Amino acid sequence: MNEVPVTLWVNGQTYAVRVSPRKLLSDVIREDIGLTGTHVGCEHGVCGACTVWVDDRPTRSCLMFAIQAEGHAVTTIEALAQHGQLNVLQQALHEEHGLQCGFCTPGIVMTMEAYLHEHPNPTVDDIRDALSGNLCRCTGYQNIVAGVQKAARVFAQNSSGATSAAGNESTHLSEGGREYV
Amino acid sequence: MKPAIFTYRRPATLHEALKLLEETGDEGKVIAGGQSLVPMMNMRLARPEYLVDINDLDDLRYIHPFEEGIDIGSLTRHDELERSAILRRLCPIVPTAAHFIGHYAIRQRGTIGGSMAHADPAAELPLLAVLLDATLTIASLDNTRSQTAREFFLSMYTTDLQPNEILTAVRFPVIPPDSGWSFKEFSRRAGDFALVSAACTMQLNSSGSVEQLHLALGGADLIPISVDASIASFIGERPDARWRQAVAKAALNDLEPMSDVHASTQDRLDWLALTVDQVLTQSSLRANVEIGEQASHTPEEEKL
Repeated sequence: MNEVPVTLWVNGQTYAVRVSPRKLLSDVIREDIGLTGTHVGCEHGVCGACTVWVDDRPTRSCLMFAIQAEGHAVTTIEALAQHGQLNVLQQALHEEHGLQCGFCTPGIVMTMEAYLHEHPNPTVDDIRDALSGNLCRCTGYQNIVAGVQKAARVFAQNSSGATSAAGNESTHLSEGGREYV
Repeated sequence: MKPAIFTYRRPATLHEALKLLEETGDEGKVIAGGQSLVPMMNMRLARPEYLVDINDLDDLRYIHPFEEGIDIGSLTRHDELERSAILRRLCPIVPTAAHFIGHYAIRQRGTIGGSMAHADPAAELPLLAVLLDATLTIASLDNTRSQTAREFFLSMYTTDLQPNEILTAVRFPVIPPDSGWSFKEFSRRAGDFALVSAACTMQLNSSGSVEQLHLALGGADLIPISVDASIASFIGERPDARWRQAVAKAALNDLEPMSDVHASTQDRLDWLALTVDQVLTQSSLRANVEIGEQASHTPEEEKL
């Protein structure tokens, strides 16, 4: 099946695998590397469950071939908790009951963690807009939004002015007649 | 939901990429952000034999202002358009509309060149390209040519781009600071494909009458269309509510948007009329308004 050697850098570790170029990054992360925290839902970019970071940017791992990730840093949900301690966003989602079955949660955490670093003071509308790319069929989103808001407050307290992420000019675009899920 | 087998190529330079496309002919397909192509491959609606990955061509990632316009490299990501201080100052309709492309994670990867080459009839950037009559730069191994956006889009998912060519840059004109502009789209859910969309630029003279008017519609036909010719006779009048209604009526005259499971032809016409009214209103409010940020510093070129 025209397998080729591919070297991936995932969560700071190097993995050498042999895969077909057609194999999706999501499948290689789960099946060849064995990191099953990244979930696979729709496989066409709609549900957001497979979101990981490629060079620190949130990316659908089902819309990228593993071979394309060669030479780039991939980060998955497994890298966020340190020494068994949930990170700020994970802890906030836990406290606010922001998950039920948990299938969508890894994608939501990877999306919103990146989003909060770029947008430290989001409005509820901003949060819902960013969340629109992640489908959750259990919670009705209320508690996810509450969890993200709580994490944003902790982020704001912790960042003492000078250290907020680069290029974070907060956008409050209000064009277009948009409706939320 | 797994793609068919293909051979993967990852050229390091534009020249190398164009050479590969000469060799692969009709069987080769360029992948940039992949946010439309990979879903189609996963569903096997697309089965290219060769995939030419141009993501390493960093020379195609830039936003460069010059006297009358802004050149944008085709590999520039939607998120980069959305955040660009240069575009916000010189062509603010682009970052505004870019925010409506897909979702946050999709915008990190999708590119302006990919959006143009894919030519989805509901897409935001092709609509702006038609509105502003952007100029596209297209390279092949032995030629570089320019084409206007209004000639580039031929039909649904079909452009003038040949299998051996790569779209390398999109040139948008500057929207003058005293010019009003607006982009609106109607979709069922955030991030969905727009069912209809409209974009407008408008200039008023000192007595408040319309001096220049451009209007483009998405979801009205197989490609985004400029309706400038249908509404030209309304220039010279004041943009009040009755004028807006008349313009919308003239703009939609003779149009027959498609009917499908998402919306009927009449639904689309109704929403188009509403959306046109919104963009005309917002454009007229923005026209001639002093913009305080104009004096602020704009970088010469953005490193992406």
